[in-house]
Amino acid sequence: MTEPLLRLSGLTKAYPGVVANKDVSFDIGYGEVHALLGENGAGKSTLVKTIYGLVKPDAGSMTLEGQPFAPQEPRIARASGIAMVFQHFSLFDAMNVAENIALGMENPPPQAEIAARVRQVSDQYGLPLDPDRIVGELSAGERQRVEIIRCLLQDPKLLIMDEPTSVLTPQEVQILFETLRKLSSEGTAILYISHKLEEIRALCENATVLRLGQVVGTCDPRETSARDMAELMVGTKLHVPEKAPRPVGDVILALKGLSAPAPHRFGTPLRDINLEVRKGEVLGIGGVAGNGQDELVAALSGELRTKRAMVRFQDKDIGHLPPNARRKAGLLAAPEERMGHAAAPDMSLTENAILTATTREGLAKKGFLQWGKARTFAEGVIKAFDVRTPGPQNAARSLSGGNLQKFVIGREIMQRPDVLVVNQPTWGVDASAAAAIRQALLDLAANGSAVIVISQDLDELMEISDRFAALNEGRLSSPRAATGLTVEEIGLMLGGAHDMEVAHVDA
Amino acid sequence: MIRLEKRPQPSRPWVFATPVLAVLLTMLFGGLLFAALGQNPFETIRTIFFDPLFSEFAWFYRPQLLIKGAPLVLIAMGLSFGFRAGIWNIGAEGQYIVGAICGAAVGLAFYPMESFIIFPLMVVAGALGGFAWAMIPGFLRVRFGTNEILVSLMLVYVAEQLLASMALGALRNPDGMGFPGSRNLAQYDSASSWISQSAGMHWGVVAALIAVIVAYIALSRHIFGFNVKLSGQSPRAARFAGVNPARLVLVCMGISGVLAGLAGLFEIAGPAGQVSIDFNVGYGFTAIIVAFLGRLHPVGILLAGGLMALTYIGGEIAQSNLGLPLAAIQLLQGMLLFFLLAVDVLTNFRVQFGRKEVAS
Repeated sequence: MTEPLLRLSGLTKAYPGVVANKDVSFDIGYGEVHALLGENGAGKSTLVKTIYGLVKPDAGSMTLEGQPFAPQEPRIARASGIAMVFQHFSLFDAMNVAENIALGMENPPPQAEIAARVRQVSDQYGLPLDPDRIVGELSAGERQRVEIIRCLLQDPKLLIMDEPTSVLTPQEVQILFETLRKLSSEGTAILYISHKLEEIRALCENATVLRLGQVVGTCDPRETSARDMAELMVGTKLHVPEKAPRPVGDVILALKGLSAPAPHRFGTPLRDINLEVRKGEVLGIGGVAGNGQDELVAALSGELRTKRAMVRFQDKDIGHLPPNARRKAGLLAAPEERMGHAAAPDMSLTENAILTATTREGLAKKGFLQWGKARTFAEGVIKAFDVRTPGPQNAARSLSGGNLQKFVIGREIMQRPDVLVVNQPTWGVDASAAAAIRQALLDLAANGSAVIVISQDLDELMEISDRFAALNEGRLSSPRAATGLTVEEIGLMLGGAHDMEVAHVDA
Repeated sequence: MIRLEKRPQPSRPWVFATPVLAVLLTMLFGGLLFAALGQNPFETIRTIFFDPLFSEFAWFYRPQLLIKGAPLVLIAMGLSFGFRAGIWNIGAEGQYIVGAICGAAVGLAFYPMESFIIFPLMVVAGALGGFAWAMIPGFLRVRFGTNEILVSLMLVYVAEQLLASMALGALRNPDGMGFPGSRNLAQYDSASSWISQSAGMHWGVVAALIAVIVAYIALSRHIFGFNVKLSGQSPRAARFAGVNPARLVLVCMGISGVLAGLAGLFEIAGPAGQVSIDFNVGYGFTAIIVAFLGRLHPVGILLAGGLMALTYIGGEIAQSNLGLPLAAIQLLQGMLLFFLLAVDVLTNFRVQFGRKEVAS
């Protein structure tokens, strides 16, 4: 076809202090699966928000099917056939699927009619979903299906997907891809945003790479290596973490029948977790979000207390101890949510250093804070972990996700832990920062500490862990050596595909 | 079109500028209000904000400022810890009353004995009274998850009934010819909180200044103040940092109860003098405004307490000299809180005029 579905010409958008998009132009054809690649802060979000009508460009124009296209708001973009599945779901836990879908509609038809259409669309695309189920009880993969079906009900010409696979098991990813391929074969174009280069290579026909708001290259992902694409994104040679063989020492942390009730209504109970972690090893724990990761980290950090003997650390029972007593003993943790859990957004980095480092670094004397010492410690973290910020007096919320994550992980590593537990250490972090964080975790293990990495990113876990275990509905599989595990085996450990079936492409 | 744009971090200058701006806006709109009531706005504003300090009768009003300001600062100081941590003790008025009753009861029990030990014992009793009254909502929240706003507020009305019953019953002056109200503690040397009545100095003023200093140090230099701030801003991060939320609720309720109880004791043993039905005049509620007007910061609260005392006294002058209705003065005080909260948005947001999505 000569006329593309969507043409972007010279889109420019500046915010105070940063240029988010600069003269971005590319085309998306009918039925094309187009990848948008780039590090965090490269301008991907601004660009798709422009297409979706959430952001108005300062300069440049778009055409949709040859007509000028300048949506003032998402409603107009949706009416023109643009649909978007966001990275963070906007669903109400307490409502059922059909009600959630009705909420996103301009003039919702009766519930029964929505339910019928949900069934029809989910059948057609192999995305089984019961419209009467309560969203709070669905897995992350199922929630994503709600969002996708919500979009498909509009019959979109272009479907934008922002990091769709970060919450899926490998089997679920395969099913999603079948669905997307089927959509594409029916003429729906897909703009696919992801960090995961292997996925893009498997799915997409074209890729546009953004760096610092500008298009720095286009390629055919099927013929370009993941490494070449990554270097195009980063603009420099990418440093791949090295896993040096290292001796594994004695057991330092043991979980014995660790069980705990769900801390809140939509939480996951921990069920009889048994695990031994040895000095000098990296243990990877995989699993789809919401299967007990947060609860496991809380049970290790001391936010969630259990029976004494359930957690044994350096031959002492510590299941009943609060967070600071565990820090003193040498068990440190970095939770998943950076803003508001691992760090306080409105506080300075110095204050955020005090948040966890007071006990081990002696940042308080008889309860009185040693501000000078705290500042020095924060500066040390900033320097050692290459945190990009003007200084420790800046608020945590002024840092980008990757930089704050480097600070949070660095803050724990600088305290020389005997065991470090990290949850999603590189979630939403750009490629170079992620590589630096992984290297730091490996270095820590090389120095004889034990590291437990909980992550949904299987590539990451395979890259750094010595042993691998999977968390599924609050149960932990027995760990297996990471080398030699196949993707299928991992998928089965993770609990398979949560009742999904591959789309009937021939239907 | 006016747009608000979130700042990457809170603006330091605006933290200090917003209270001043709020006062100026209150003067402006208060002036309009008084003009609408048929008064000369300039004269009215001058009467309320400047006459108590600089008029020819200022020698009479200045001591009044200390008397009005001390309980406000003392109570607000205690409330500020809880408010920073997201613990809403709205019932300081009740703790103030119970502290006063307990302290007064100790003093009256010793009458007419004279001893240096009596006043310190009254102080302890006052503090304990306020503490115990604040522990009721604190304990109920920690143990049963009740809402401390409702419980502490409702306990104010219980305390008022208790006050009435004491004034008419147990603590009534036996030599008072059957009139309600206790003996006058201010005229009982060992129990009086006055240091110099003519200068408006009583021990409550001293206690308020000490509270400001201690709170300043606790909030800026001590891990306790850090944990309080952290709990208010990010409760999850506070738990991760090792703060025990239940203990924090009890400690914060306890601090506010003790300081409110002390304020009540100093008031009843000095300026008020006796246990009477109409002893409480709403200091416990006004202190909430003072706490927020002072940005929950010790020095800010000191200044805000002074400002509130000023509007009280200035308001009284305006009532008697210009015949303004009491409601107009109360409206002015309400305006002050309203503008403070309204301009507070400037600390975290910057205002953009003109085009949508402005580029820099």
